Amino acid sequence: MPDTYLQLVNSGPTATLAKRLGLPRPAVLRRYTPGAPLVDGPVLVLGRGDDADALARLLSGPAGGMAPGTGTGSGTAETPVLLDGWDLEVHRHPAPDVRYGAVVLVLTAAERPDQLTDPVLAAAGPVKGLRSGGRVVTVSRTATADDAPAVAAARQGVDGLLRSLAKELRGGSTGNGVVLTGDVPVTAPSAVAALRFFLSRRSAFVDGQLLAVDSTAGTLPADWERPLDGRVAVVTGAARGIGAAIARTLARDGAHVVAVDVPAAGEQLTAVANEVRGTALQLDVTAADAGERILEHVRARHGRLDVMVHNAGITRDKLLVNMAPDRWSSVLAVNLESQLRINEALLTSGDFTDEPRIVATASTSGIAGNRGQTNYATSKAGVIGMVRATAPLLVPFGGTANAVAPGFIETEMTARIPALTRQVARRLNSLQQGGLPQDVAEAVAFLASPAAGGIVGRTLRVCGQNLVGQ
Amino acid sequence: MARTPARSSSPAPSDPTSSPTARPAYVLGGNRVPFARAGGPYAHASNQDLLTAALDGLAARYGLQDEVIGQVAAGAVLKHSRDFNLTREVVLGSALSSRTPAVDLQEACATGVETVLLLANKIRLGQLESGIAGGVDSASDAPIAVSEGLRRVLLDLSRARTVGQRAAVLARLRPKDLTPNPPRVDEPRTGLSMGEHQALTTVEWGITREAQDELALASHRNLAAAWESGFFDDLVTGYRGLARDANLRTDTSLEKLAGLRTTFGNHLAAPATMTAGNSTPLTDGASTVLLGSAQWAADHGLTPLAAVVDAEVAAVDFVHGEDGLLMAPAYAAPRLLARHGLTLDDLDYVEIHEAFASTVLAILAAWESETFGRERLGLPGAFGSVKRERLNVHGSSLAAGHPFAATGGRIVASTAKELHARHVAQVAAGDDSPVRALVTVCAAGGLGVAVLLEAA
Repeated sequence: MPDTYLQLVNSGPTATLAKRLGLPRPAVLRRYTPGAPLVDGPVLVLGRGDDADALARLLSGPAGGMAPGTGTGSGTAETPVLLDGWDLEVHRHPAPDVRYGAVVLVLTAAERPDQLTDPVLAAAGPVKGLRSGGRVVTVSRTATADDAPAVAAARQGVDGLLRSLAKELRGGSTGNGVVLTGDVPVTAPSAVAALRFFLSRRSAFVDGQLLAVDSTAGTLPADWERPLDGRVAVVTGAARGIGAAIARTLARDGAHVVAVDVPAAGEQLTAVANEVRGTALQLDVTAADAGERILEHVRARHGRLDVMVHNAGITRDKLLVNMAPDRWSSVLAVNLESQLRINEALLTSGDFTDEPRIVATASTSGIAGNRGQTNYATSKAGVIGMVRATAPLLVPFGGTANAVAPGFIETEMTARIPALTRQVARRLNSLQQGGLPQDVAEAVAFLASPAAGGIVGRTLRVCGQNLVGQ
Repeated sequence: MARTPARSSSPAPSDPTSSPTARPAYVLGGNRVPFARAGGPYAHASNQDLLTAALDGLAARYGLQDEVIGQVAAGAVLKHSRDFNLTREVVLGSALSSRTPAVDLQEACATGVETVLLLANKIRLGQLESGIAGGVDSASDAPIAVSEGLRRVLLDLSRARTVGQRAAVLARLRPKDLTPNPPRVDEPRTGLSMGEHQALTTVEWGITREAQDELALASHRNLAAAWESGFFDDLVTGYRGLARDANLRTDTSLEKLAGLRTTFGNHLAAPATMTAGNSTPLTDGASTVLLGSAQWAADHGLTPLAAVVDAEVAAVDFVHGEDGLLMAPAYAAPRLLARHGLTLDDLDYVEIHEAFASTVLAILAAWESETFGRERLGLPGAFGSVKRERLNVHGSSLAAGHPFAATGGRIVASTAKELHARHVAQVAAGDDSPVRALVTVCAAGGLGVAVLLEAA
């Protein structure tokens, strides 16, 4: 279902009219395609200390590689020295009359709230002149109960800062944060990869999110355009919508894709599998032997399995007072119980051990709740709990499990929402529009990549900073 | 490993013209669209559409995109003249590499099974490493020809040079010439439809209405159970909104079948017994079978399901009434099994294409007949009997429908999968004995084919 309103306020006389009337004017988001520049315009890195210096060097370093000594100086035994710079134009101080493509606020050194003041206020002018589709990324550390109160206050303050700033951005610009846990260095593979994801067009519909990096695990790709090169990925619910977009995106990033869906969706599944040069596996994920059949397929065809994307899902909306038992159970069976059963098969197989990745599709309904969706929200909140508890089981193998939580995404499912409700639902986020299946797929591809190994059991929202929930 | 037929093994080493030693050719998998009744969901799908859908589904299942397959062989019974290169056109429109060669083949209802044999034999001889056999038919999109009179006029008109010549040619047209010719399924030499021919055979062999209805019911029940168990999850891909065989009636019963009016043999002296329930309906559908050598299968991470061991073709003289039109398999199978020293008891599965319920029953009756065994097959006595629990175990054409050229591929792929599953289960139980299936398909013109498959 195309967003007609978005088209009208962005072109011709209706655009002028909308401006005069002060109507919300969502921007057309720029999406990633291979070969797209990482950032459109110069990058301003604000903040003091080694972390800010290291990131500035990484962003500005030559793409061909930096000598270890001149690379990110903070490389230690467990954090590999970064050799490839990103070849961006980087400023350390705001230059007048420069319109930046991105502002990176490195706030890891803040140990008192007042130490936030200088870098944050320095960002004001550059943010005002930010190019359309610009990026603001904060880099900070998690506040914990073990921190000194002033340290925790400063660190937690970043949370409110980023979420508010993201709501103030316009023109399709987004604000997101990388939050380092414990003493994870700013150059940890997952920290670097998360920063790059937030700076890039891949995160077009991710807004107002703070993503924690839990460890130094993960491997940076040889080629940022093919981060999944040679990896074998299974995607459930791949025949249509978000699942089909995930299959395409993983394949674009270099993965061999096994597209899974129920036999009744076989025709669309065939089209997707042939398009991505993968294989189609017709399978009901709720079957008791679904995990074994997936393993059997990937063992025979590819000899390995690296990425399991649990995307298959259904809705059977009803108020709880009107909920027939099978509406409740079928949603839990497909959206949650099948994932648990398949994960168990993978984890006990002995064949899911080379930096394995599980990425599951949760939902903002599972975070904020949604009237008429007690069953769906239970299943999706369950997914969030599931990845949190599954990830540590994979860590010994360099693996992890994470979830994405889509907000309003333009799919066949949301196209069935009544027109007026749909129009309202689309606008209820900072980007004032629904996301596309590709937006969810980009987040899945990021979490599925070898570089995301240090992100352990987290849920990343892809919702344009939906007004509900965190 | 499959046994190599004695006949084709070990050619004389001194003969420079001898073909290479035969090696096994394996069925690696298959894909078909759900079969639909004519005029149903595929009413506006052409043979090319249907076969492309089946082939693309196969490519998706086995990751054959951009793959150069050794050869694709397929055919259709009801075929438009424009489809003279149907299979090649399908390949060009599919996910396979455009450098995949293709060939059209036609042998009425045995088309599908003959494409399997053609490619299997080429693989066995080392001419191919891989092949895709297939067949398609659309009774909905059947060709309609102009009358013979109009056709001659049109051809002459294209050769006429002057206005006068053209006028003279056109003047030959008569109103009756404007009536189009729908496709005929009648036998050209007898003028009888296949059903009327089978009605004669039914009377000859004394096949009862009850026996026919019981076989039809078993077909529906077996097919329904196979669908229910997920047996077709890796054999069928949905098409145009259809996810299951549309002809399948899960709720049919002997009572319902007994209530149907007879459709064939109504003008014979004996009471008519053949109904729409125990005959196959006009059907639209397409099927494909992936074949390959052991090496090709291993290179592609595919598991050989069954070896195409051997085959035998036969024909009967139905024109002079010596045998029934569809009785050729009754001759082909005994010859095939004799060549391998096998009897019906050595087979774990027997698939007899259900053109009509009474076709299957008449063939079984012939094999059980002392007279037929002695006089027609030249055996000391009856050929043997087939245990019903081994017959058409996942249903056959009465339930699935019968898109003529697509039936062979349906049977071969399903049977190969079943053979492999049984063999795996047997081996797990410590029994490595061979698991074999006999497949027979009857065809118009008094033709018949029998194929021996063995689990890999």
